[in-house]
Amino acid sequence: MSERLAVRKTYKLFIGGAFPRSESGRSYVVTSSKGDFLANVSKASRKDARDAVTAARKAFPGWSGATAYNRGQILYRVAEMLEGRRAQFAAEVADADGVGAKKAGELVDAAVDRLVWYAGWSDKIGAVLGASNPVAGPYFNLSSPEPTGVVAVVAPPSAPLLGLVSVIAPVVVTGNTCVVIASERAPLPSITLAEVLATSDLPGGVVNILTGSAAEIAPWLAGHMDVNAVDLTGAAPDLAVTCEELAAENLKRVLRPAAKPVDWLADPGVERMAAFLETKTVWHPIGT
Amino acid sequence: MTTPLAEVASSTSTLRAFLHGLPGVDRVGADARAATLGTRSIKTTAKKQAIDLAIRMVDLTTLEGADTPGKVRAMCAKAVHPDPVDASVPSVAAVCVYPDLVPTAVAALNGTGVKVASVATAFPSGRSSLDVKVKDTELAVAAGASEIDMVIDRGAFLAGDYLKVYEEIAAVRAACGPGGAHLKVILETGELATYDNVRRASWLAMIAGADFIKTSTGKVAPAATLPVTLVMLEAVRDFLRTTGRKVGVKPAGGIRTTKDAIKYLVLVNETAGPDWLDPDWFRLGASSLLNDLLMQRQKMTTGRYAGPDYFTLD
Repeated sequence: MSERLAVRKTYKLFIGGAFPRSESGRSYVVTSSKGDFLANVSKASRKDARDAVTAARKAFPGWSGATAYNRGQILYRVAEMLEGRRAQFAAEVADADGVGAKKAGELVDAAVDRLVWYAGWSDKIGAVLGASNPVAGPYFNLSSPEPTGVVAVVAPPSAPLLGLVSVIAPVVVTGNTCVVIASERAPLPSITLAEVLATSDLPGGVVNILTGSAAEIAPWLAGHMDVNAVDLTGAAPDLAVTCEELAAENLKRVLRPAAKPVDWLADPGVERMAAFLETKTVWHPIGT
Repeated sequence: MTTPLAEVASSTSTLRAFLHGLPGVDRVGADARAATLGTRSIKTTAKKQAIDLAIRMVDLTTLEGADTPGKVRAMCAKAVHPDPVDASVPSVAAVCVYPDLVPTAVAALNGTGVKVASVATAFPSGRSSLDVKVKDTELAVAAGASEIDMVIDRGAFLAGDYLKVYEEIAAVRAACGPGGAHLKVILETGELATYDNVRRASWLAMIAGADFIKTSTGKVAPAATLPVTLVMLEAVRDFLRTTGRKVGVKPAGGIRTTKDAIKYLVLVNETAGPDWLDPDWFRLGASSLLNDLLMQRQKMTTGRYAGPDYFTLD
């Protein structure tokens, strides 16, 4: 009896809820932390980035218009799906980071918990960042946070799952949609995460994941006039400067990379959510 | 008309014999040919030229029940200066409105070189008496429209009453005045069912005196498609060879992206020939297309992807 042929996964991009190959037809080799071959992964081009922005823009009205409760439920659903694939993620994280099976399992658990944590914020962030402002006049003056729009995210090169979840969740929980450039060195968990997102009631286009070179794609997203904000968390210092300059043209919100290495296991606080919110203030006459 | 085809319209039977004597269209072949031409890669300087040419070919259209004079004036301003911050962007070919809004458009476009086209003849269904259709046309011409987009009576065409369709086109042609308004004949190919019918309707319209043949009203899906336009371009090419008279083509409806527009330009060049690559002989009936052309143009000028926030909402 002949030996069974291996059925290997094709690692593709995640754009608009679908899994296309790169428009450019390019791919690159991903290896484990020990240098062993893991997979050939699509290498996204600037046209893929443009398509992803189009998909994110298309998804924005529906996602930002959904109730906060609904967004929280969907994020919680993502956590449920992720939990169901714990073993697969743990294996991928172990390969990518060179950590032991136990530690890898803990990192996956942390990623699930992070999603649940952010899911809980969906209908509470307005109470924390909004306000009823005291004004000198017969008015109610109310401020409430609203999503910025389409956010381009450069995911951290380390912490391929926990770091990725920690940058995506705060962007989308408040109603933004995003285009994420996954870690170039360890992109496999990001594509597996895309499979989780695709089966979690998350509308197509809310999260779009590109694999490839951040140095190649990020400047196009930073300069794109239909992107409203950039999260440069995973950008190298010189790339971050370039992107921030390009982002100035249409006054994008920019979240700079942290000065010190980020401990992704620490309590994240609300800063990441607050970075991609606009404050809308309404004056309403006090009627009689 | 002193063309070799003058006698074919003398009776229903001669017209029918002529139209049914046209060679059939190979549907699979036409689809494949259009699809192949759609894969041509047009880049950099050629793309820049194509975008500017496409802008010059646009018939900027608004045909909604909710059209107001204010909306038409805004559209006319956009037709003259599609991008207010970039004077190098050419004007579009024409604006296309309903007959009652023609005076508004004429006043707004006076002296700009942008033409005013009006739909007429009980647009979009074409279901009315010949008298009403002729009056509709006269109304638009009297109001100053320099181009008339008429619809054919698809019911009569599909029933085989070609002479009725012919006579209606000829009557509207006459109502446009001698040497007056340009007549575009809308075939509404989405309702003609077969490419053979598209070819027959194209010839019928041209024999009856059309200056342009136009695919669709934009009210019926499918509207313009590449293979249908291919069949029509072949018809105008063959008509020129047969009669010596040149007729223009206007696909309309469903053309929304620069990529689509460039596919049409490639199709024109490869089918009818470069002589038709001119706003006098080829038009694109569209509304949202213009913004995409401007966004692509801006991308080529500034090197960064453009966003719809920086262009007008139409």
